[in-house]
This record gives sequence, C-alpha cells and structure tokens, in this order.
Amino acid sequence: SPARELTQNPLQKTWEPYDNGLPAGHSAQRGVCMTNCPTLIVMVGLPARGKTYISKKLTRYLNWIGVPTKEFNVGQYRRDLVKKYKSFEFFLPDNEEGLKIRKQCALAALNDVRQYLSEENGHVAVFDATNTTRERRETIYKFGEENGYKTFFVESVCVDPEVIAANIVQVKLGSPDYVDCSNDEATEDFMKRIECYKNSYETLDETLDKDLSYIKIMDVGRSYLVNRVMDHIQSRIVYYLMNIHVTPRSIYLCRHGESELNLKGRIGGDPGLSVRGKEFAKSLAQFINEQNIKDLKVWTSQMKRTIQTAEALGVPYEQWKVLNEIDAGVCEEMTYEEIQENYPLEFALRDQDKYRYRYPKGESYEDLVQRLEPVIMELERQENVLVICHQAVMRCLLAYFLDKPAEQLPYLKCPLHTVLKLTPVAYG
Amino acid sequence: MSAAPRHGGPRRGRSGALRGGEKKCSWASYMTNSPTLIVMIGLPARGKTYVSKKLTRYLNWIGVPTKVFNLGVYRREAVKSYKSYDFFRHDNKEAMEIRKRCALVALEDVKAYLLEECGQIAVFFVESVCDDPEVIAANILEVKVSSPDYPERDRENVMDDFLKRIECYKVTYQPLDPDAYDKDLSFIKVINVGQRFLVNRVQDYIQSKIVYYLMNIHVQPRTIYLCRHGESEYNLVGKIGGDSGLSPRGKQFSQALKKFIEEQEIVDLKVWTSQLKRTIQTAESLGVTYEQWKILNEIDAGVCEEMTYAEIEAKYPDEFALRDQEKYLYRYPGGESYQDLVQRLEPVIMELERQGNVLVISHQAVMRCLVAYFLDKSADELPYLRCPLHTILKLTPVAYGCKVETITLNVEAVNTHRDKPSLNACVDEFSLPAAADGLRLGSGVVRGGSGQRLLLVAGRRGGFSLVSADFVCVLQVFGAGQDQGVPKLCRHQRGRRWVQFAPLALGTCWRQQWERRRLCLALFMK
Repeated sequence: SPARELTQNPLQKTWEPYDNGLPAGHSAQRGVCMTNCPTLIVMVGLPARGKTYISKKLTRYLNWIGVPTKEFNVGQYRRDLVKKYKSFEFFLPDNEEGLKIRKQCALAALNDVRQYLSEENGHVAVFDATNTTRERRETIYKFGEENGYKTFFVESVCVDPEVIAANIVQVKLGSPDYVDCSNDEATEDFMKRIECYKNSYETLDETLDKDLSYIKIMDVGRSYLVNRVMDHIQSRIVYYLMNIHVTPRSIYLCRHGESELNLKGRIGGDPGLSVRGKEFAKSLAQFINEQNIKDLKVWTSQMKRTIQTAEALGVPYEQWKVLNEIDAGVCEEMTYEEIQENYPLEFALRDQDKYRYRYPKGESYEDLVQRLEPVIMELERQENVLVICHQAVMRCLLAYFLDKPAEQLPYLKCPLHTVLKLTPVAYG
Repeated sequence: MSAAPRHGGPRRGRSGALRGGEKKCSWASYMTNSPTLIVMIGLPARGKTYVSKKLTRYLNWIGVPTKVFNLGVYRREAVKSYKSYDFFRHDNKEAMEIRKRCALVALEDVKAYLLEECGQIAVFFVESVCDDPEVIAANILEVKVSSPDYPERDRENVMDDFLKRIECYKVTYQPLDPDAYDKDLSFIKVINVGQRFLVNRVQDYIQSKIVYYLMNIHVQPRTIYLCRHGESEYNLVGKIGGDSGLSPRGKQFSQALKKFIEEQEIVDLKVWTSQLKRTIQTAESLGVTYEQWKILNEIDAGVCEEMTYAEIEAKYPDEFALRDQEKYLYRYPGGESYQDLVQRLEPVIMELERQGNVLVISHQAVMRCLVAYFLDKSADELPYLRCPLHTILKLTPVAYGCKVETITLNVEAVNTHRDKPSLNACVDEFSLPAAADGLRLGSGVVRGGSGQRLLLVAGRRGGFSLVSADFVCVLQVFGAGQDQGVPKLCRHQRGRRWVQFAPLALGTCWRQQWERRRLCLALFMK
C-alpha cells in the first residue's frame, strides 16, 4: 500500500499523515512518549518530612514539561470531612473513629485519582499521605494494578530534629488545623501527632520491598536509594528529585536592557542595547551591588543584548545558547504590523493558541519549554542566580516558578527594565 | 572552548581547553567547579571497565574531556606475562608491591592529566556490586576470555582461574559504607546491574549528570539502526537544509527500508524521526507507529538555509572558508554548529540508552553526531564521518564497544559528503624578529595545532604578527605585500619546536568584532 500523504498542521507546523482528508494515527508528536500508562506516585513518610513540599514541587515541574499531573492531599480530604480539628488524639493508633475517617478519606482520594487518570486524561497522580505502613501501601499498589497504573513510591526519611522543627515552623503553624492555637501549642500538638505514627512506621526496605519501584530520600537529599526505575517518566522524576534542594536562596529574572530593535518595534534579531538599555544595565549593576548577594551566578543568552547587559555588571557570567529568545523564523526582525500584512494567517493563528503556535521555520512556546528544561534543572541545583534573558524565555521560566498553566504562560507580564526576585517560601 | 568571549570567564586552567590534544570543551565543562576524579570500586567482573569506558565516551561526547586510567593496563606493562590467579592472592607480597606501585604511577598520570595549575579535585566513587552468579559468568565470557591475560587458554580454564582471582579479592573487599565509615564521601553504588542505586552526597553538576547517565544505561542486548531520510528534492539540486519532500528515488529507498526492517524481524522496534517532512515521509512507508522529535531536526544553517554550497561560497566566502577550517565549532550565522547539535541531541542519546531496539531516521549532521557517540569519534572526526544517503548503520553493543555493520540498500542517491579540504602547509624557516610589534588585539586568539595559544598582534605598519601567548615570542609576520597568509609551519624561538598554525575558530560575537579586520581574516583563511 502506498505511503500516506502528509499535511502540515498550520498551527504547530508539524507534518501529519492523513487519510481521505482526515488526520490518521501512527505518529506521536512529543519527543518521547512520556507515559505509556498513567503513573501513580505515592508519597511515604512521617509528618513534617517534606512530602507535601515534594508533591507540589514535582507536580509543578511535571505540568510545566507538559505531563498533566495532579496532587491529591489526603490531609485536605480529612479537613473537608472533619470540619474542626481538635487535637493530635485524632491520630492515636487506637482511635477507632479516627481510623475509620482517615481510611474513608484515603479511599475518597484514590477514587478521585482514578477519575483523574482514567477519565480525565491525567498522566500522573501524586498521592500525598503518610502511607507509613506496608499494609496501606499494598492496598494502594493493588489499586494501581487493577486500574493499569504504574506505581512509584517516594519516601522521605529524616531524623534531624532541627529540620523537623524548621518544617513545622514553615508550614504547620500556619495550617488550618492550628488556626486558633498559639505557636507553642501547635508545635507541641504536632510533635505528639508525629509520635502517633512512629510505632507503626515501616520504612521501605531493601529486601521486603525489593520488587517495588521507589526512591528513598534521606536527610533532605544527602543520599538516595533508588530501586527498579521502570520507565522514562520515573527516570525523569528521580533525576529531578535528586537535583532539588531546600537551601534558602533567591533567583533574579530580568530581560536584557532595551535594544535598538525594541525601539523600532521589531521582534527577534541580534541587536545591541539602545541608550536607555545601557542605562538600565548600569542601574542593574547598582541594584545587584546593593542586594549584597552571596556567590551570585549570572547567566545570559548568547545574544548580544543580554551579554551587553551582563557586561555592565563587571562580574563573571555564563552564556547559554538555550536562553536565546524564541526563534520567530520568517518573521524575525519584522514589526507586528509587517507580520500582519505579510502573513495574516500566521498572525491570526498565533492569537488563537499562542502557546502551541510555531512560527514558520521558527519555534513555539512549547518548543521553548522543552529547550529550557536543562536551565530549570540547573537552576534547581544552584543557589543565588541572576538570569538575564528575553521576553518569551522569561515567561517560560516564570511560569515554572509561579506554577502558571500553558494558557497563561504566553501572556505573563515581563516588561523591560524590571527585575523579578523569586524566593522559595513554604510550598511556593 | 566556546566560541564567544566571556568577561573574566570561568577559570580555564584546569579545563581541557588549552592542553595539547585540543579538546573541544562544550558548555557542560563549565558547570564543574573543579576537575573530577571518578574512582571505580568493585570485585573483578562487576562491569567496572565497561562502565568506565562507556562513561568516558559519554562525557567526551558532551564535551567534558575525560580519560580512563585502567590499572590492569599498568599492571600488564609492569608484569609482562600473566601466569595465574596466584598473582592476586592477598598474601602474595611481591605482587602486592607491584600492584601498589602501579596504582601510584597511575595516580601520577591522573594528576598530570587533571591539573595544569594547583587546584582541587573532586572525587566521586562509582561502586558496582553484584551477587548474581549468572551475570558474573556472562561478564567473564564476554570480556575476560579474550583478555590479554588469557591469550590461548580454553574457556574452562579461563573461567576457573578468573573465579579464583575474584576469590582473592573477596577476602579483603570493603564495600562503601554509607551509614558510617564512608558517609561523607560522594558516591553511587550500582547494585545488580542497575536494579538498585545508592547515591550519596552528589556535589555538583557533573556528578549529577554521571548519576543520571548511570541510572539510564542497561546491558540488555539490543540493536540500534541509524539512517538518513530518503533522498530529498533538495538533495537532488544540492540545496542544504529546508523542509523538502522525498524525490522518487527517496521514495524507493523508503520502500526498500520497509522490506529491510521486515526481514530483520526486530522485536518491539521503536521508530523515531525528526519533525521535517523528509524523515516523516520515510517513516510513513514503514507502516508502523513512529515518534517525531523536533530535536532530531537537521542542523540549522541559518542564513545559508536552502542554498547550495556554490551559492554559499559566492555569497558568504568568509563563512564558507571558516566552516572548512573548524567544522565542529563553526556556527552558521543565525544557525547552529555541530557543537550546538551535540548539546541538542543529548536527550536523544539518554533515551536511546534507556530503550531497546530503535530505528532513528534522521539527517546527515545529526546522524554524524549520533554515530560519533556510539563509535567514540572525536570532535575533529565527527563532522567528516561518512553517513551517505540510503545507507543504514546497524549498531550492536558488544563487550566494551559497539559492533557496526553498514548496509547499503541498492537505491542510488546523490552524494552529499564533503571531505575536509587540505591545507597547504609549507615547511619553511622564517627568521624571527626579537620583539612583538604594536598593539595587542586581546580577543584575537588563534589555536595552534598542538594546542598552543597564539595571539594575533596588529603591527604599526598595517601588518600582523603572530605571537605565542605562552612563550611571548614572535613566530611569524604577515603584512601588506607579504606572503598572503597561507598557513605555514612556524618555529618557536625558544624551544625550537615546529608549530603548525591552524586558523581561527570563530563564533558569532567575534565575527562582529572582526568586521573591520575582514581582510586580515581572509589572509588566514586559505
């Protein structure tokens, strides 16, 4: 049988086969098939070990790289069911009433997981609960098997009392559970809550759990035990978890100073800074000095305007080609009016779906995100960093840090001569 | 060495950029703060050499100069002929002395390789632990039976002797102990060929990459097929780049490819293409599911897209010449270089390592990068690897490397290969003036053939001098009226060495700075 004809998707510029004028199967477009079947990530660990922190961060990362992910926090289900939290006694191992409610919440959450993964096209679900007993984990594993999900456990183990105390201060004191308590009362109650779990805690074991897929994170990332990574998405998850850290730091994002082409309203190109752009570079240098940042790393793209901006700082900087502005293909160095005049269809298409729209012979925001993933990974590894980049690039980075979905990403406000200072705090 | 200048850039001394042996460092190497010593740990036949060689191949490919120092090789140098496992008995004092000395010599070589100036070395341990006797036996058969230690013995004797050799080590083996003794070391423990990993105290970017790589590789037998799209319409007219469809012969090739794949009877074959029409059309003929990767797209030729080489030479003669001088680093204006391509392709390599049987239908430059990774080709060789149309490369991992089979499907196609043009090198002696003349052009760095840094110095009378940055002596003077810059062998005043002068490697930013000096550049670019 003859090969099928190809047609080019006008929005994404990708070639798709068609039969009788209709798109046909046989070709996938994402670089790699991330998930053949849905993945269920199960958090494991005593309270105040960073499970929710990891859940939220991982969910944010996966969504940003294009894997639809949702987290399900069982504690939230419990709060919805039991309107008012009284005390740690709810969590006592012999509190029948409490156990019943907690099991009910877990099952309700699993039900929502099933709906998300099997009915709503979710790819990954993160089940955020203590899951500290082997029995509970088996229940969840069976649930996964029945529904055709791959299960991956993420356990956080930490015995350092300082870390626990800091966690409690950061995220527990402000919890709805303790809204009417003083800090001391809250801390005391929470410590007793942790005790309730300790006796029945069965950590993932190298022998007993040797057939499960999991990563065990020890002491906030000092060491990791990784067992039976099954597929691509699990490998990416492990890599991500091994690169994140919790050391306090700040990330500064800004664009290059105003460029000569900016002045003319033209996009793209490789122009130098305008007079005002150079002024901005000087102001930036002053600002950075005043901030007195420890061991600041400075990154730029390989385009003249960001490098010129960095040069004014008088410090070493790294040039990343992947930080270059979005490639506007045939529209490079045109004004928007010219684009509308010469490529009216393209102009309209871009407004229709700005995230997926790819310039002819250029890139889309979606392409940009894929290109920027190593930058995000390295930003996670680093501490204080200033990234001098471009509008579309900065929007992508910002969307990652502020958990903005694809629809909003291309419209995030990133004006010239503005620095965004991002500091991780609590869960965001 | 990156093509763009940096202000006060990262300290270079310890990177591979300036050593003789000319490694082309990519962006990756700048992420390491200090050179890294990876130390393998494990009983014999646990895959240490396999991992060492594979890791080295990967690191070199992404641009981090890496070298393996195999103690077995040092030992074979010292003790010309291996007799039996008795050498490895832990109570064999004489042998122990020899082995200790070998280790010290190796460490001296490591030190020389890593350090140009004094500096810190980050140490990262990689331990391979395996208790599955089938795996051990398979390893012994695969790589030990053919080892220089066992030239003519039959298999059974080899197996026997080697197993006894392993026993000698077991007596004193102290595995890494993450809970107590070794908790402050940076290491990864690979258990049972990647089933489980224990990772401790990863210090920096390069260690994190190493860990990720080790966690993705596997040893299951499988085959990787690499080929280009069928001949395209643009190929027929000699245009590069673009997004044209297949020519009639290209379509013929697709059919032949389909037949070939069917005959190979490959289990669970994955097919990958780029997002350019010609590779997708080729895959369509196969009638199987395939995945499109944008990052497999052909190298972006920027302003030269859709031109023929003749048109490029006519319109952009400087660019054309530059590309032939340094094809790996050369970046098309508004486009990419092979070095950029390698960075772009790294996720493909990582995923290829994870997968089983895969057919990758790509493009000439892309295929060259992939082949260079699998066959451990250097950055200098990479842009000249032969990847003709209508030819399939079948790669099968074997022992420490890759078996490669070239299969030509008998469908004619144009030849798109360009060899490296030869430089006219004359062996002449030049008298060397005593001192450098004129202003120093700080950014005009030229790489000598042996890795020497040479500086282009403007003469007051409009000529140029070539000055050795390391020895501060003038090597050659070019000027108005003088011999127009054909690269010559030049002689150092000090040391009396012949240094073959190889031309500039330029990137976009330098080009802009050099706009005014175009004439001078043309002189050097023959």
